[in-house]
Amino acid sequence: MNALLHGRLTGLLALGAVIAILPAFLPNNFYLDIAILAGFNAVVCVGLNLLIGYAGQISLGHAGFFGIGAYASGVLVGTYGWPPVLALLAGAAFVGLMAFLVAKPILRLKGHYLAMATLGIGIIVSIVLRTESGLTGGPDGMMVEPFRIFGVELYGEKVWYWVVGVLLLGVVWLSLNLIDSPMGRALRAVHGSEVAAEVVGVDTARFKVLVFVLSAVFASVAGSLFAHYAGLITPAKADFFKSIELVTMVVFGGMASTFGAVVGAVVLTLLPQALTVFQDYQQIVLGGILMATMVFMPKGLLPTLAALIPARRRA
Amino acid sequence: MFAELLQYMLSGLTIGAIYALAGLGFSIIYNASHVINFAQGEFIMVGGMASATLTASGVPLPLAILIGCGGAMLVGVLVAKFAVERARNASTVTLIIITIGASIFLRGVAELIWGKDFKRLDAFSGETPIQILGASMQPQSLWVVGTAGVLIVAIGLFFNKTLTGKAILATSHNRLAAQLVGIDVKRVVLASFALSAALGAIGGAVVAPITFSYTEMGIMLGLKGFTAAVLGGLGHGPGAVAGGLIVGVAEALGAGYISSAYKDAVAFVIILAVLLFMPNGLFGKRGTERV
Repeated sequence: MNALLHGRLTGLLALGAVIAILPAFLPNNFYLDIAILAGFNAVVCVGLNLLIGYAGQISLGHAGFFGIGAYASGVLVGTYGWPPVLALLAGAAFVGLMAFLVAKPILRLKGHYLAMATLGIGIIVSIVLRTESGLTGGPDGMMVEPFRIFGVELYGEKVWYWVVGVLLLGVVWLSLNLIDSPMGRALRAVHGSEVAAEVVGVDTARFKVLVFVLSAVFASVAGSLFAHYAGLITPAKADFFKSIELVTMVVFGGMASTFGAVVGAVVLTLLPQALTVFQDYQQIVLGGILMATMVFMPKGLLPTLAALIPARRRA
Repeated sequence: MFAELLQYMLSGLTIGAIYALAGLGFSIIYNASHVINFAQGEFIMVGGMASATLTASGVPLPLAILIGCGGAMLVGVLVAKFAVERARNASTVTLIIITIGASIFLRGVAELIWGKDFKRLDAFSGETPIQILGASMQPQSLWVVGTAGVLIVAIGLFFNKTLTGKAILATSHNRLAAQLVGIDVKRVVLASFALSAALGAIGGAVVAPITFSYTEMGIMLGLKGFTAAVLGGLGHGPGAVAGGLIVGVAEALGAGYISSAYKDAVAFVIILAVLLFMPNGLFGKRGTERV
């Protein structure tokens, strides 16, 4: 577990191994579908974790970026006939630019004010998606064309599983490298004490903007691919609750832990599926679990488990 | 033309009064414990649902409101005691997730007790509209604005004249110093949750005849209340009240003159614009940070 947290390469290999052998244990496409959804969530969470866990900034609007990516692909490919890759890149570029423009002034804000600002952005995006029905199909959502690249159409859970798996590995690799780079150290300094970091010459604003933009772009790319995979997108994928869900996954899995973000995404994607047996009690159980984890494991699942292991060895 | 404007202003002030109460609730809890309580909207919901369902089963209205208010206060104290108090030293993000967890939990419980349907509560004093300079106003609006006004004044007096109120204020200024002069800061946190819950629940009860009550009624009301509190400067009570009224009126004007579909977006557009130029809200103090 410590290797998972600290060894860059071993952790990556372990994740790769899990992704590689998992399909052998999944009995049918239903489970594969859940694994794919967990993968998409994990991609967004790894990015969001950079922002929350390493830059110490909270975003309550990341689903908005996911939604823009998804709808960029849906609208540009479906309505305007763009090639899917181009639409994905256009969506990511747009989100990146938008994140950059709002980041500069907003990341000056601290704590709760930043939460408010990102919450506002997310809600505005979801209201626009819901209202501009001529373009987006309104509350019912819109159908999205399948993803085609070099004349090959990505189709079916088996193909998409590997696409998402590779994407996740790539994102995790990027994120681990970033954390171990001089910039990652600067980011941790920002988290520790922003003033102190500034005093020793870290350009905190620049780093925060960069991480915010990067995490928004991750969300947008995941959104685009998700739209093609699911074939149908609705504004619900971009709303406040989705944003909360994403933040919860990061915090639940363990802030400032890339693999924690992955674990959080996987567990909380599975949880509602498992909770359907509770039917009417679903919300109560979900809310209760959220509260209990945060009260008893404020550091999140993976760091708490990791802390248990050396303690046992010593004993 | 004028009548139309007046009409929008009146409906804006009505809903703005509820945002103001919610915003005040956010501020009180934030001051006492530095927690943003995302379950504030659920207090409003508890008040609205309890008064609607209890009156429907024959309980007199004032008693129903009182029971709803007491129920919400109990819920608030429980959330403070068993979730927030235990996570005292957790990070901001963790505390936010805890209160979000509490709000999901409370909605779940409410759905179990009351079901998902819309509940109707009769207006307190009839539905004959009052005509003012060509605009018409529901009598219930007067109840909403009047109740909110009385509560806001009462809260002001409470903080400035009573010992408990002063203790809460002292804790918000300096927790450690307050503890040193013998203030039981844990009880202050509990009291602030109870107070905010009461404000929310009464607000929910008076607004229920206008908006109907349903288990999800608290979500948007709560978020707008948060907007109001941030707009006025977090932790600044009068600022939160002003913020609530500004948001309410702007929303009504936006819905009337621009587009009713974008009504819910207005509050968030304003807050983004304000935060860009005034990072601490309209009335918030410029903060310095200790290393």
